[in-house]
This record gives sequence, structure tokens and C-alpha cells, in this order.
Amino acid sequence: MTTHYLVLSALLFAIGAIGVLTRRNAIVVFMCVELMLNACNLAFVTFARQHGNLDGQIIAFFVMVVAAAEVVIGLAIIVMIFRTRRSASVDDANLLKY
Amino acid sequence: MQSPAEIVPHSTGVVGVSWLMIALPLLGAAILLLGGRRTDRWGHLLGVVMSLASFVVAVLAFVQMLGLDPGKRRMAVELYQFIPGVANIGLLIDPLSISFALLITGVGSLIHIYSIGYMSHDPDRRRFFAYLNLFVSAMLLLVLSDNYVGLFIGWEGVGLASYLLIGFWQFKPSAAVAAKKAFIVNRVGDFGLLIGIFTIWTTFGSVAFKEVFEAAPGAQQNTLTAIGLLLLLGACGKSAQLPLQSWLLDAMEGPTPVSALIHAATMVTAGVYLVVRSGAFFEAAPTAQLVVTIVGVATLLAGAIIGCAKDDIKKGLAGSTMSQIGYMMLGAGLGPVGYAFAIAHLITHGFFKANMFLGAGSVMHGMNDEVNMRKYGGLFSVMKVTAITFIIGYLAIIGFPLLSGYFTKDGIIETAMEHNQILGWLAVVGAGITGFYMSRMVFMTFFGKRRWEDGAHPHESPAVMTVPLIILSIGSIFLGGFLILGNRFMQFLAPAVGLPEELPSFHPFSVPGLATLALVAVGAAFAWFRYGAAEVPRVAPRGSFLTTFARRDLYGDALNEALFMRPGQWLTRLAVFFDNRGIDGLVNGLAAAIGGTSGRLRRVQTGYVRSYALSILFGAAVVVGALLYVGNM
Amino acid sequence: MGETITFWVLAVVSVAAALGLVFSRKAVYSALMLGVVMLSLAVLYAVQDAPFLAAVQIIVYTGAVMMLFLFVLMLVGVDSADSLVETIRGQRFWAAIAGLGFAALLALAVGNTLIAPAKGLTNAVKEAGGNVPSLAQLIFTRYVFAFEVTSALLITAALGAMVLAHRERVRPKATQRDLARARFSGPQPSPLPGPGTYALHNAIDMPALLPDGTIAAKSINRVLARHEEEDGVTPTDPSKAAIVKQLLVEERLAPKDEVPDDSHTDARAVVEDNVAQDDLRDEAATDEAETGGAVREAHQEDGK
Repeated sequence: MTTHYLVLSALLFAIGAIGVLTRRNAIVVFMCVELMLNACNLAFVTFARQHGNLDGQIIAFFVMVVAAAEVVIGLAIIVMIFRTRRSASVDDANLLKY
Repeated sequence: MQSPAEIVPHSTGVVGVSWLMIALPLLGAAILLLGGRRTDRWGHLLGVVMSLASFVVAVLAFVQMLGLDPGKRRMAVELYQFIPGVANIGLLIDPLSISFALLITGVGSLIHIYSIGYMSHDPDRRRFFAYLNLFVSAMLLLVLSDNYVGLFIGWEGVGLASYLLIGFWQFKPSAAVAAKKAFIVNRVGDFGLLIGIFTIWTTFGSVAFKEVFEAAPGAQQNTLTAIGLLLLLGACGKSAQLPLQSWLLDAMEGPTPVSALIHAATMVTAGVYLVVRSGAFFEAAPTAQLVVTIVGVATLLAGAIIGCAKDDIKKGLAGSTMSQIGYMMLGAGLGPVGYAFAIAHLITHGFFKANMFLGAGSVMHGMNDEVNMRKYGGLFSVMKVTAITFIIGYLAIIGFPLLSGYFTKDGIIETAMEHNQILGWLAVVGAGITGFYMSRMVFMTFFGKRRWEDGAHPHESPAVMTVPLIILSIGSIFLGGFLILGNRFMQFLAPAVGLPEELPSFHPFSVPGLATLALVAVGAAFAWFRYGAAEVPRVAPRGSFLTTFARRDLYGDALNEALFMRPGQWLTRLAVFFDNRGIDGLVNGLAAAIGGTSGRLRRVQTGYVRSYALSILFGAAVVVGALLYVGNM
Repeated sequence: MGETITFWVLAVVSVAAALGLVFSRKAVYSALMLGVVMLSLAVLYAVQDAPFLAAVQIIVYTGAVMMLFLFVLMLVGVDSADSLVETIRGQRFWAAIAGLGFAALLALAVGNTLIAPAKGLTNAVKEAGGNVPSLAQLIFTRYVFAFEVTSALLITAALGAMVLAHRERVRPKATQRDLARARFSGPQPSPLPGPGTYALHNAIDMPALLPDGTIAAKSINRVLARHEEEDGVTPTDPSKAAIVKQLLVEERLAPKDEVPDDSHTDARAVVEDNVAQDDLRDEAATDEAETGGAVREAHQEDGK
């Protein structure tokens, strides 16, 4: 049964990755990142169950904490960029090009 | 046969401070060069004082030496342990080196004095005296050093001074080129000398004269021959002997006092000094000695032939210098008897050739620096002192009886004749040619019709120039007889170079002597008919094949050009081509390849976060794939 | 059996929602879809003996994080970034290849691995007496250091967010007096006519009527007009349509760096009076962008 969970996790992760790669709205990109993190969490929880110890759940818990912090900072950055550049598009921040 | 005396340390009296001879002119040069324009006003006087002071030290050392027993006249003065036990800086005061020191400082001082007048209008007179002092210092180091390393330092020092003085008027392209030529040709000789010194070092484990000469007779014959030939190569370069003669004629681009001091009296005789000083090697290596005599004879003929065709008075004298050094070289190749005649001829030549060069300078001084003899003529009446002194020098060089050249040159010829008939007769022929070209020079310059350029107002030079001429001409008259008669000079030199068992006696009426006189008379008479009695055209006639041959310096430059310059240029071009296409091509190609690749690769840097994220995902996929692959293996 | 049904239902729902998240055009929909995924996952956690995580998932993620997302969405608003037209050549194709390939590889890895029947957590939680006490025990014993570090991380994040979001005020706050002066020196001292004034309805899309019965241009809500135009809907009233069209044309002609604006708000007028420098104008524009919506609302309330 755990196999199914893991495959679901992989699928969600891939979808999230595709979203990160294709969407331009920074907020949506961020959501996709969250989706990927959630997919990972699902895998952790599944492994915890599989191996019969709680470490996986602890890790998932820490991932959530870190993700929360990341969201706070990430969104603050997005707001700030939007303030100065009038855009939330990740493609507009391309000054690092050749 | 009596061998040279042993070299013993000696450090009392003037000999103990003989280093002052070198140090004083060096100090003068340093003050003048570093002092810059501040020393302009009194720089020439300082130069003269330093040179004279050096002369005084030399004379005092000479007097001290005369007071010693002949067996104790080779005195080593240790100055400084350069590399302890290997190379020490020290001086060797012996009859040979003191003779040179007297010549260098004596004639050098006269030329210094003369230069005050000659260079009086030159804005760079101070620099000129600085170089002259530098030269005197280096030349004294060359002759006084008691080892080959010190000798080599002096050798290079005089080369440098010669270079600086030939190119003294460096704004003239011809002077700059001549200086460069002299320097480069000398490098060839110096290369030989250097290798010779290396060979001496590897063979004997020392470069000090004392140890080397003591060990020389015991060494292998081939090694000695090699050393002799290498030293000869060095001597050829410095003394303008065949085949390294080409620079001397061009060196006349320098100021005339330079030509007199460096390129007639002293520096060019350094080769003779080297051969005589290294006599221990040559005496043990007959092959090398034979080569020395052949080179000497070839050069004395070549120089004489070149001298016949030159219209430039200084170049004519330069050809004559070559020829006379050829005589010396011939003498130096003949062993102890020849040494004495060679050095005696060297000293008398230093006098009469300096005399004539300074005379030529005086003429040029009066003729607006005109050097072409076809535009002289009839100068005797307007510059009497110059003319008379010049003629004394002329008579001395052609070997007019009882003048200096007569005794010394005749001694060389007779010794050569005893040694080898062919060489002897060739030397006699050379003397005849000398009679011709020197007479030609005198007739064209001082006699005949006046062929002056418009606006030339020849006048006698000031006393500061004529007094040295007079002193030198006195030397030209008496020095030869004084040195040769009674084998005085040979006895004096004996502690340094050894003494033959059988002392030569002077025969005034020997066959070679009479033949020489006859040939010289014929040459002079021929010159009188061609240039004294007949009209001298102001523009040089085309002349025969032989004339062209002589005018072009026996095609020496053409030969050098064909043999060395052109192949050198090809080699250079090849190297440049290889450098441009090969090495630069490789480097530039690599750079271009990397640049081009980078130019294309930088397009990957779109600046879009999403592109970078895509790369990351691909990377992650590859890692997962690799892990799977490895795990399944 | 119950778990299987739950899994399959929620798997389908979550995958569909995830796809919706990626492909929906409007960011708000994406956010809602993300919420659906998170809730589904919360249930899956619960099913997999992780009740605490399920609760945290709902409280922290669906509750806090999602709300934060929505707040920021409201702040930032909608713009061209929402367009689904791809601008980087090949990006979509290669993204699909890479994503699907990655998923396939992971699935392959999972499928290839021999997985024993799950052990379950019954034994693990038995000692402490339940999932939450067991987790607590682990967090405060073995993982206590990591736990403390996370607290530091959270504080840092909070400070960081404040620093990033904070802006220095470069000029004094406009007082009531300044606002009034600006308003009366501007072209429109009176409140703008609110929608629906004198009209048959007072809905927000109903423009006010002037005493002669014609439409008051200033009462037209531009945001709505713009959205209608984008959706291809034209007002049925031809005179309103003409005015709307003219308004939109003016808006497009306006300088790009200026924020499209339906009225000269009082704050902006003050700013324009006070400063002329470009950089500060930019600042002002930002100011307006944040507060514009609220001010506009207020203005229109006034007009009523």
C-alpha cells in the first residue's frame, strides 16, 4: 500500500516542478514550491509508517516549520520586488543574463 | 731558453696601490656620468686630471719596478677574494703589463688633452670624457688583471666603452649602426674568449695566470690547441683580425680622438696582449701558434690593400691599423723573440698611429670635418705643425731608417723570415704596400694642388691639440731605436714572457731589411707618380677590379652578409613565422576557441530563473537515474 | 479496505487539484487548488497514523500559509504574469519532459524496490501512549536541538519579513489639512459620483446619471470596465459603451510607469504638488498601488 503513497508523492512532486518551470507569476511559482514540499512530506509520513518509527513524521514537522518561514520571507520578497518593479513575473527579474 | 720569472706577491710601495690606476679614471667616469650637467663646466678637466694621475701612478710603479732585481719583477697584488680559492681579484704588475699601462695612460692622457681642443664645440664634451675615462679604467683592468676573469671584465668594459664612443654621435644613423656593428662583431670574439676561459677553467681548475701558466706545459696537446684557437678568436674580434675585421673601418664614425686612442693605439691591441700574455699556451701548441701567424699575415695584407683604396683619411688609417696589428699578431705567433718585437711595435705603433690619427683630426678640424682626401691637397703650407708631425708618423710607419717603425717592424719581419720564409716574404710585401698607401695619403693631403671645397679655410689647430702631436711625434722618432737597440726591451720583458737562448742582433743590411726598404721605396715612388706628381681627380675614378675589391673592404661585409646576415634573417623570419603562426596561432587559436565557445555558451545564461530551475531539475533527474542505474547493477 | 478507498479518492482529487493549480489561469484559483491538495494530504496523513501532522497541516498550511498567499495576492493584484503564454522558447516542452521523466524515474525507483508490508506505528507509539505524546517525546529529547534552531529560524524569518516589508517614510504623513487643500486645489473638489446615483439600480457596474439623464463618466468603475473588455463583454447601453471605450483608450495612452487610475485621489494630488522628482514619483506610485483600492472604495463610498 505504501508504494501507492510514494508514487502519488512522486507525481505531486513532478507536477509541482512542472508548475515551477512553466508559471511566471511568482506567487503561483511559490505555490508550486509548496506543493513540492507537501509531496515530500507525504513521502516522509509514508516512510515513517513503513519503517515503524516516528522520525519521518518529525522530519515532516520540521519541513512544515521551515516551509512556513520560507513562505514568510519569500512573500515579503515578492511584495518588495513588486513595489519597486511593478511586476510579479519571475521573467522580469532577468538582470543576471549575459 | 730562459722561462718567465715566478709571480710573487708584492704589496709595498706604489705597486701596492697600483689599483689606483684603475680606480681613478673609474671614479672620474662615475663622477662625470652621475654628476650630470653640473659637471659640464669642469668635466673635461677632471677627466684629464684622472688620466694624468693614473699615468703618474703607472710611472711611479714603473720606477719602483726598475729598482728591483729582474727576477722579482713579476708582482702580484691581491685585492679582493671574489670567490675564495676560485676567483680572486688581483693585479699582476710585470714588465708586460706595466708597458701597456704606460702606453695606455701616457698616450691616453695626451689624447685626453688633445680632446679638450677637439671636442671644445661639442655640447656633450663631458659625456665624451666620461667615456674616455671609463675606457682607460677598463683597459687598465684588462692589462693589469692577474687572472682571466678580471681580464674578461676589462675586455668587456673596453668593448662597452668602444661601443659608446663609436656611437657617441648617435644622432647620426651611420654612427649608431657602426657602434652596433662593432659591438656585435666583438660578441663573436668575446664568445670565443669566454669559451676559452671556460676551457681553461675545466682543464686547470683555475683562471689565475700564475697557476694556469705553471700547469700549461703538462696539459694535453689538443686541449692546448683548442684553448689557443679560442683565445685567438677573442683576439681576432678585439684586434680586428681576419675574419672579424669588418667593424674597425666602420668604427671610424666615432670622434677622431677615439679612433686614435681606442681604435689605433690601445684597445685594438688587446688581442696582441692576450696572445702574448697567454704565451704559455701558444708555445705549447705549435698549431695554434701557426694559425696566429697566418691570421696576422693575412690581416696585414688585407689591411694594407684596403688602405690603398680608401679616400676617407680615417678609413685609410684604419686599414693601416689593421695591417700593423697584423704585424703584431704575426710577431706574437713567433714565440719569445717575436713577443718583444710585437709589443715594441705595438708601443711604437701606439705613438705614431695616434700621432697620425690626431693629425688627421687636426686636418679635419681645420677643414670643416671633411674626411675625403680628394678634397685636401696642398695643406702643408697652411698647417705646418700638423703636417710635419704627420709626416714623422708617416716615415715611422713605413719604416724609414732609424725611425721607430724601422726597428720594430724590421725585427718582426726578420724573426718571421727565420721562422718561415713564406710568411716573411709576405710580410715584406705588406711593408711595400704600406709604403705605397701611406705615401698616397701624405701626398694627397699635404702636397699637390689645393682641391678644397668652397668655404674651407684650413688653419693650424690650437696648442692644446698640437702639443700632444709634437710629443707623440718625438716618441715616433726615438722610441723604436731606444727599445730595440741592444735588445733593451727584450731584456726588460724577459721576466714576463721569457727570453730566447740566442738573442737576435740587429743587422742593418740584412737581405729582408734591404728588400723591405727597396719595396717601400718603390711603393712611395709609385704613390708620388700617381698622387704627388699627377693630378688627383676630385671624384674618385671608377678604378679597376682590384680597386673596387679594396674599396669594398675585400668584400668582407658582403661575405658576412651572405654567410651570416642573410641566413640569420631567414632564421629570424622563420622564427617569427613560427612564433606568429605556430605559437601565437596556438595560443590565439585556443583563446579564440574558448572565446567563441564562451560566446555561444553565455547564451545559456538567459537570466530567467525558470531556465536555471529547468537545468536543476534535469540535473536532479540525471542523479536519480544514475543512482537507479548503479543500484540495479 | 477503507484506506484503499480513501487513498484512491484523495489521490485522484489531489492530482487533479495539483494539475488545476498548475494550469489555472488565475492565481486565486491556483491558491484554492493548493488548498484542496493540502487538505487531501492532511487526510492522507491522518490515514497514515499521523494525526498530529494532519492537524498541523490544516492549521499551519491550509490556515496560515494559504491565507498569507491570498493576502499577498490581494496586495500584488493581477497582472500580465498570469498569462499562460510561454515566452521562453522550448521551456514548456523541456519542463514537461524533465518533470515527467523525473516522476517516471521516481516511480520506477519505488516500483523496483521490494517493499515489505508496512510495519505501522502501533508499536512506536505504544510506549508514550499515543501519537502526539510520542512526537512530543522525540521533539523534546532527540530533536531538541533542531527544534530550538527552528525557533531561531522562525524569529529570523519574522524579523526578515518586517525588514523587507518596511519602508521609510520620506516625507511627513499628509494631514487632514493637506488632504483638504489638495482636494480643493484639484479639478474635482466634490466627491466623485458613486455608481448608481439617480440610476435605476445602485449596483457597482451601474454608472451614475447626471441631472440631464446622461451618464457621468467619472462614476464608471474602470476595473470592472477593463475586465469586461478583456472578457469581450460590451455594455448594452451604447452611450455607456462609448464612454467606456474612450476611458480605456485614455488609459492605454497614459504613460506606462503611471499606475492606471480612475481618479485623482487626494493623497496622490498632495504628492504631486509636493514632489516633482521622478524617483519619488515612483515611490508615490507604489504608495498608491497599495492603498489605491482602499482609497477608491472610500471615495466611492463618499460619492454615495
